[in-house]
Amino acid sequence: MAITMEELRQQFYEHLQQANAAEAFEELRVRYLGKKGEVTGLLKNMGAIAPDMRKEYGAKVNALKEEVESSIRKRIEEAHARELELKIAATERYDLSLPSSLNEGSYHPITLVQREVEQIFASMGFTIEDYDEIVDDYHCFEALNIPKHHPARDMQDTYYLSNGQLLKTHTSAAQNAIMRKYGAPLRAIFPGRCFRNESTDACHENTFFQMEGIMIDENISISNLIYFMKTMLSEVFQRDVKVRLRPGFFPFVEPGFELDISCAICGGKGCPSCKNSGWLELCPCGMIHPNVLKAGGIDTEKYTGFAFGLGLTRLAMMKYGIKDIRDLNSGNLKSLDQFVK
Amino acid sequence: MKVSMNWISEYVDLSGLDLDDLIHRFTLSTAEVEDVYHLGTEINGVVVAEIKTIDAHPNSQKLHLLELDLGDHTDRCVCGAPNVRVGMRVPFAPFGASVVGMTIGEATIAGVVSRGMCCSAAELGIADSSSGLLELPADAPLGKPVKELYAFEDTVFEVDNKSLTNRPDLWGHYGIAREFSAIAKRPLRPLELDDLNKYDALDPVPLGAIDPELCYRYSAIRADHIQKKVSPIDMQIRLYYCGMRAISLLADLTNYVMLELGQPTHAFDSRMVGTIGVQRFPEPFAFKTLDDVERKIDPETLMITSDGKPVAVAGVMGGLNSEIVSDTDSVTLECATFSAVSVRKTSSRIGLRTDASMRYEKTLDPELCALAAGRFLKLLLAIDPEAKVVSRYTDCWQYHYPEIELHFDKAFVDRYTGIDIADAQINDTLTRLGFGVTEQNSVFDVKVPSWRATKDVTIPADVIEEITRIYGYDNFKIETTMSALRPVQPLRVKADEKAMKDALVKTFGLHEVHTYLWCDAKKLKDLNIPLPENVYLLNGMNPDATVLRTAMMQTLLPVLKENRFYAPAFGVFEIGRTVKGQREDGTVNERRTLGVALLSHDRERTVFLSARDMISSILFDMRRIRPTFERVAPINAWEHPANTAAILLDGKTIGTMSTVHPEIAAEIDKKAALVTLELDMDALAEIGEADLKYREASRFPGIDIDLSFVVDKDVTYADVTGPFFADRDETLQGISLVDIYEADVKSMTIRLSFVSPVKTLQKAEVQAYIDRILAVLAEKNIRLRTV
Repeated sequence: MAITMEELRQQFYEHLQQANAAEAFEELRVRYLGKKGEVTGLLKNMGAIAPDMRKEYGAKVNALKEEVESSIRKRIEEAHARELELKIAATERYDLSLPSSLNEGSYHPITLVQREVEQIFASMGFTIEDYDEIVDDYHCFEALNIPKHHPARDMQDTYYLSNGQLLKTHTSAAQNAIMRKYGAPLRAIFPGRCFRNESTDACHENTFFQMEGIMIDENISISNLIYFMKTMLSEVFQRDVKVRLRPGFFPFVEPGFELDISCAICGGKGCPSCKNSGWLELCPCGMIHPNVLKAGGIDTEKYTGFAFGLGLTRLAMMKYGIKDIRDLNSGNLKSLDQFVK
Repeated sequence: MKVSMNWISEYVDLSGLDLDDLIHRFTLSTAEVEDVYHLGTEINGVVVAEIKTIDAHPNSQKLHLLELDLGDHTDRCVCGAPNVRVGMRVPFAPFGASVVGMTIGEATIAGVVSRGMCCSAAELGIADSSSGLLELPADAPLGKPVKELYAFEDTVFEVDNKSLTNRPDLWGHYGIAREFSAIAKRPLRPLELDDLNKYDALDPVPLGAIDPELCYRYSAIRADHIQKKVSPIDMQIRLYYCGMRAISLLADLTNYVMLELGQPTHAFDSRMVGTIGVQRFPEPFAFKTLDDVERKIDPETLMITSDGKPVAVAGVMGGLNSEIVSDTDSVTLECATFSAVSVRKTSSRIGLRTDASMRYEKTLDPELCALAAGRFLKLLLAIDPEAKVVSRYTDCWQYHYPEIELHFDKAFVDRYTGIDIADAQINDTLTRLGFGVTEQNSVFDVKVPSWRATKDVTIPADVIEEITRIYGYDNFKIETTMSALRPVQPLRVKADEKAMKDALVKTFGLHEVHTYLWCDAKKLKDLNIPLPENVYLLNGMNPDATVLRTAMMQTLLPVLKENRFYAPAFGVFEIGRTVKGQREDGTVNERRTLGVALLSHDRERTVFLSARDMISSILFDMRRIRPTFERVAPINAWEHPANTAAILLDGKTIGTMSTVHPEIAAEIDKKAALVTLELDMDALAEIGEADLKYREASRFPGIDIDLSFVVDKDVTYADVTGPFFADRDETLQGISLVDIYEADVKSMTIRLSFVSPVKTLQKAEVQAYIDRILAVLAEKNIRLRTV
């Protein structure tokens, strides 16, 4: 007999000990387990085994075969693991604190506030309209029941243009055109840029944004107006807003109201922000004046409606705590680049 | 305007009601109250005293030692007032009493101990400053607390004048009292008036020509033998609490009547007026108003004249030449109504806004004239019984407002309010507010009172306001509408604007800014950009900011410059309006315009082509149409002659992009590459989205054929590929650029991709096509590279 099983096992382990690369493991596998391999060769000795011992012998060889196979596999796995470990250890740790090279853009704060409000109205079935910045006397005043000699038309409030037109002083200037475009029933909002001829300071701008809304249908009432304003403002401010109406005079509504909301800062107890009244004057509103409806081609026998105006610029300033209104038109990216969404 | 609750209470009994609560309800029902003051509460223990003796102060020339008679005892004090006189009755604050800002203790004044103080009007809080003691009437009971004699304690509230612009009737206490009568549901007492009819037999005040257009009513009445010069203390207190100053009896009376009725009157010294006229003068002249300022009077200004000479600016202010003086004992009282517009314009022209002009501007009720005259005389004769009316009430009433009657029914009210307000309540509210109401079976006939009929209440909707504001908006049940739901399609311009902004901000990292609608001439000059010729503001405050922008770059390039140190590479954009001149009908050609301005320290070519890729990608995303770009001649100063391109979508020009002209670039940033882009969003909105047509992918492999050309530097990629598109083989799937190298000549490798839906293509099958096109190219001197 050439070599015993035990000797072969010893020899294999010696060889396995020495092997360390992938090729060496493959070599070992062929040498011991290949068709002409040494373990396989043991089976060829079967003829020399006593018949009654053959079964036991066969089982032993097979056990050895499995042992060799799994030992090699184990070593391969170990080597692989070690290799991977080295590779991972050698991998560069990226510096996440390095500045980004990607340019991140920003929206103008008015865009963000406007979108928020538009979304609320869109969800309530309002059409969102867009209207000219330059209008004529008819649309800005006449059609809104603002008579010829009303102080609002004075030169000191309105920018008049060399061609006889003017810069719209309020978003209401779109009411007539929108009524004519859609007819009744109608629910629409129309944000827009407005202009007033006044000197600028931290609280005053000659160029600012408003948003007007109108709703016209059969039997629209003051009761609906209050409901609507409360619902809308609660959405805008993301809290249950208390509102109160006071009489307010605007030629294009009758009755007209000043709408106050409960002061968020003091919760209605009174503080410097609300001049100790507990209320903040937020938006003018009212039932659309029959003359305005008529001018817009709406049948006043059949329809009534309400209108309201929201100061988008003021809303943006409240929301983001912008103290100087002039920042908004400054084009200064150092302050404007914060408005991301 | 300041409102005294004592005064209001003269006309409405508010006893038992909480005044502060009522004032709060006034805010909710009538007009916003800005402030509430509780006046006179500080004054305590001040009594009437008579100066018995005046002794010299041992250490001072100015101070005196007074002995005072308080009725049941005497007291002493040191006093520095210059007007002390034996027998004079004055308010005296003994030890322990308090006046405004202090409590009287023991004080040593120039070495003499004083335990008390004689008071001036200012010390009692009824004047801003005083030069001497407040003189009380000679019959004021000695020792009596002054607060029991005079109404020092009052609740006064201030209403924002702006919230009263539409309510001429609220510019006097009587009108406000009428509101409180409706709010508190208590009766309104009638005004106490002198009966003017009893003077009908007297001579008229001579009236001449009265401007028929601007003077609606002119009335006058004259009184002589006026001896009293000083107003009663209570009247002085009210005037002061309501923001005016006691001057002299006659001046005070005109002010008092104005504060009470809202009707301004003017008191002329009768000696100074002859025949009174109301007229305009054809030539401008200078006129001194009683504030001693010379005013320029132009031909539009309505003047009051005496024998043809101007004596007052109608409705604004009297003249210095006819004012009440210290020896005036005869007054000619003017009660008139002038055109509101005329007074407002005059007041703004001459730069003088007075309590009178403010009221006239609101369109006063002409009925008030006779009430004011009757009230003035009632007060005058009560204060000075010696006074004598010497003329009849002379009245020239030229314009009567039409009477307004309105009809509506309960259903109309219900429709407007959305709630159920009872007939009786409607009736009660309107009646209390002075409306004449006839109601039958829920149908209302309402007569508008004259003081609400000048402009304020003209249609039934105006009456709704009266009913609801007194009902109280806080009492409204609130309810959603019952309206049919309809789908809402977003406007294309709005959708485009959103898509554009989102892409520019989110995908391309640009910053949105807002700039003005007009050019800043100075900033443009700094950038060597000429101010455009365009429509301009007629009345802008800043002469450098009047011309409207014709392009976004006129306002964006200055922003780019101001931010040039913001980052090595950044871009700003704005979607705003530009005005591209006027249309044929003279109106402006207002365009929604996107402006993009980029600054980068990268190569200009890269920045320019990236901008092209950016807009191309955005437009394709919005419309499924690839824009094309055509080199065009520059129009604007900042556009570079070599690299200005029109942006075309679906064959229509919708914008321009360019690198910046070196002369202008140098003013913005010498080192950076600058690129501008403008897109007409209105033109874009006219182009619809292309349909998505599904194309099945071929199941057969295609072939790619690369062609390398050597061309002149000026030859573009479009020049090379154009003929392939112009005469496109049906199997030509696409063309792409493989490589481009530019030196003295340009070498360009393009790849043609062919694929057939029915078979595997062989090179030979497309060679004929390629050769045909190469022949076309060769005619333009575009040839394949020969190795």
